[in-house]
Amino acid sequence: MSPAFDFVPVWTCILGIGVFFYVLLDGFDLGVGILYGRAPDRQSRDLMMNSIAPVWDGNETWLVLGGLGLLAAFPLAYVIIIPAVYFPIAIMLLALIFRGVAFEFRYRDSPHRGFWDHGFAYGSTIATFAQGIVLGSFIQGFQTDGTAFTGSSLDCFTPFSLATGVCLVFGYALLGAGWLVLKTEGDLQTWARHRGRFALGGVCVAVLVVSVWTPLMEADIASRWFAWPNIMLLSPVPIVTALIAWAEWRVLLRPSASAGPFAGAIALFAMSYLGIAISLWPMIVPYRLTLWQAASDPSTQAFLLVGTLFLLPVILVYTGWSYWVFRGKVRADIGYH
Amino acid sequence: MTLDPLLLSRLQFVWVIGWHILLPAFTVGLAAYIAYLEGTWFVTGREIYFRISTFWTKIFSVAFGMGVVSGIILPFQFGTNWSRYAYATANIVSPMLAYEGLMAFFLEAAFLGVLLFGRKLVPRWAHFLAAVMVAIGTLFSSFWILSVNSWMQTPAGAKLVNGRFVPQSWLEIVFNPSFPTRLGHTVIGFYITTGFVVLSVAAGYLLHERFVPEARRMLSTTLWLLLGLLPLQIFLGDASGLITEHYQPAKLAAIEARWDTGSRVPLTLFAIPDQATATNHDAIELPALGSLILTHDIDGTVRGLKDFPREDWPPVIIPFFTFRIMVGIGLLMLAIVVTGNILRRAGRAFTNRVFLRVCQLGAPLGFLAVLAGWATTEVGRQPWTVYGLLRTADSVTPTLTGWNVVVTLLGYVAAYAIIFPAGGLVMARIVCAGPSAAMQDEAVESGRPRSVVRTVPEAPAGGDAA
Repeated sequence: MSPAFDFVPVWTCILGIGVFFYVLLDGFDLGVGILYGRAPDRQSRDLMMNSIAPVWDGNETWLVLGGLGLLAAFPLAYVIIIPAVYFPIAIMLLALIFRGVAFEFRYRDSPHRGFWDHGFAYGSTIATFAQGIVLGSFIQGFQTDGTAFTGSSLDCFTPFSLATGVCLVFGYALLGAGWLVLKTEGDLQTWARHRGRFALGGVCVAVLVVSVWTPLMEADIASRWFAWPNIMLLSPVPIVTALIAWAEWRVLLRPSASAGPFAGAIALFAMSYLGIAISLWPMIVPYRLTLWQAASDPSTQAFLLVGTLFLLPVILVYTGWSYWVFRGKVRADIGYH
Repeated sequence: MTLDPLLLSRLQFVWVIGWHILLPAFTVGLAAYIAYLEGTWFVTGREIYFRISTFWTKIFSVAFGMGVVSGIILPFQFGTNWSRYAYATANIVSPMLAYEGLMAFFLEAAFLGVLLFGRKLVPRWAHFLAAVMVAIGTLFSSFWILSVNSWMQTPAGAKLVNGRFVPQSWLEIVFNPSFPTRLGHTVIGFYITTGFVVLSVAAGYLLHERFVPEARRMLSTTLWLLLGLLPLQIFLGDASGLITEHYQPAKLAAIEARWDTGSRVPLTLFAIPDQATATNHDAIELPALGSLILTHDIDGTVRGLKDFPREDWPPVIIPFFTFRIMVGIGLLMLAIVVTGNILRRAGRAFTNRVFLRVCQLGAPLGFLAVLAGWATTEVGRQPWTVYGLLRTADSVTPTLTGWNVVVTLLGYVAAYAIIFPAGGLVMARIVCAGPSAAMQDEAVESGRPRSVVRTVPEAPAGGDAA
């Protein structure tokens, strides 16, 4: 291995893609959980849960990979960010416990079905909200001496981070609605379409608020977006986002479109993700440490890269296969038994 | 009262990992058993294997789900509570943990969905393949996590530069001195734990004369398997002891409550170790056996704790007792399994009620032994997180306050106090219901409508009539 080779861009791509996969995949199943509490009846809840039962734990695995990938590739970022968001992480983990066990317990512990139903709905919502707080405090930045977090465990709770929390709840709900439109039919699908519109409304308001608030908060971000010629080069980002949102609004209620709403929601997430990346590049601990400053030893990055380049495609193939096995509309007789 | 974030963080880690370890202790073995059952069903086509497999798959599904949610907590503990440890060791342990995720978690998750829900959707060979993949995934997971754990016990292949470990040789890091025996000892321990659960369930059915053919099949296979595994486990335990003696002599001294170095040391069966005065009270000892067992030489020298600086001593009383609990349970298990196989020769293994009763009560034995062994090795490692190089006290997150940890610890205690009893109850219900006789439509049962879809056309039909 040559120490001259720079692994940082490769790892930035892998981690960026990994986190995006997590957001999309666990996003839609957390989103189904968020909508679950509002489901019209027991049959709908059964179908909603069975639509994600075979895939949810694979989706959640991307979270583990995101956390460990950050630790492996950019350990300084991990040791500064995670202590700073001590409580949101703990809240997320606790919420994920209740939502994760609800899949099994709801069917097998029928005397307490109501309890596990609530555990699933609230667990999904709270976990999402906590992730949104992590995102918000990440954008805001952390107090650090360069190798450790030096602030307080409560610093992460700010009006801005609460706003990003709400934003993410609407966002995941939109992804969940898109998934349900794709996987269900009849009344439940119609219901999901209307829920999707509600969530989309929330997303539009929340994204607008966060997009205006972020540059107001950080002058660097403002100049990156609004200084000439950036303003012209980057103007397609908000314009395309707005166009996608408009298309999503229309396609949600078009009866012939069953994959469109999910695709539109993914596109909206991709644009928001791109917007955040543009704002923060090349920082991994915003305003403090760049990707290069936070990187692990080249030997560590090389050792993990060798296996990752082989394993990640394999993972995508068999994960794709497992989705393919359960393709089509969710069937009542496949799923929890 | 001041709340110490270090002590509280240690308690929190003990709490979250102590409960979590019970699940892999069960699912690693159960995944292999299910793969064996699915394979036998695939090859022989005998339906009894299908019924047994379907039954254990339901239990596996509950245990695995709990294992996933309690396991996701752990990688975040390194960041939330042990950020100095993460800072120092990230270059070494993080790629190994990431490999665990890449090789094991995705494999398990993707194929578990097919194993649980895909029986009607994929050909039989693909379903068998899914079972094998899940079992292999659990082994990959054990491989990497135990490699990390072993590196913390017997660090190798890295050097400390400005307070951070830098890798020198990945081969030495991954295959560090205590890893091979620890991997074998732990995985075999997990298989034995599962074996005793299967034995217990089967014995319970035989006592109540329910599901007799299935129960006999489970009991018979498991008794053979355990007859091989238990002696192997004792051999691996002995090998682990030799490695500890070589690489972690202070830990061995704590396990044996040995204060003074000596040769021909006795084997201490029981004592009340007193760390303050460095003496044992009420000791029951067998002369010279200690040297023979620990060094394989009756004149062998065993080092005592007084050879080491006092600040490097582990707490003696915990590893001393947990080790004896582990060994005691191991010997008891061996006795049960040998008895069972003797009874089998006499044709009475399936009918001797005393034996069956003992087996039925034996379900917790493996779990207790795993917890005791784990406590021995981890408490014996103290006061270090990376043995001899990084102290536990220097590993904790510096910004944490005591009450920060109190709040999250209470959260984890409350959550586990709900989900673990609930999970136990759910699994007990599945055991009570037993293997189902019906082969068709396995996916629809337990009070669920046979098919929700079927009720949909009925609703408008009813509406038309009205």
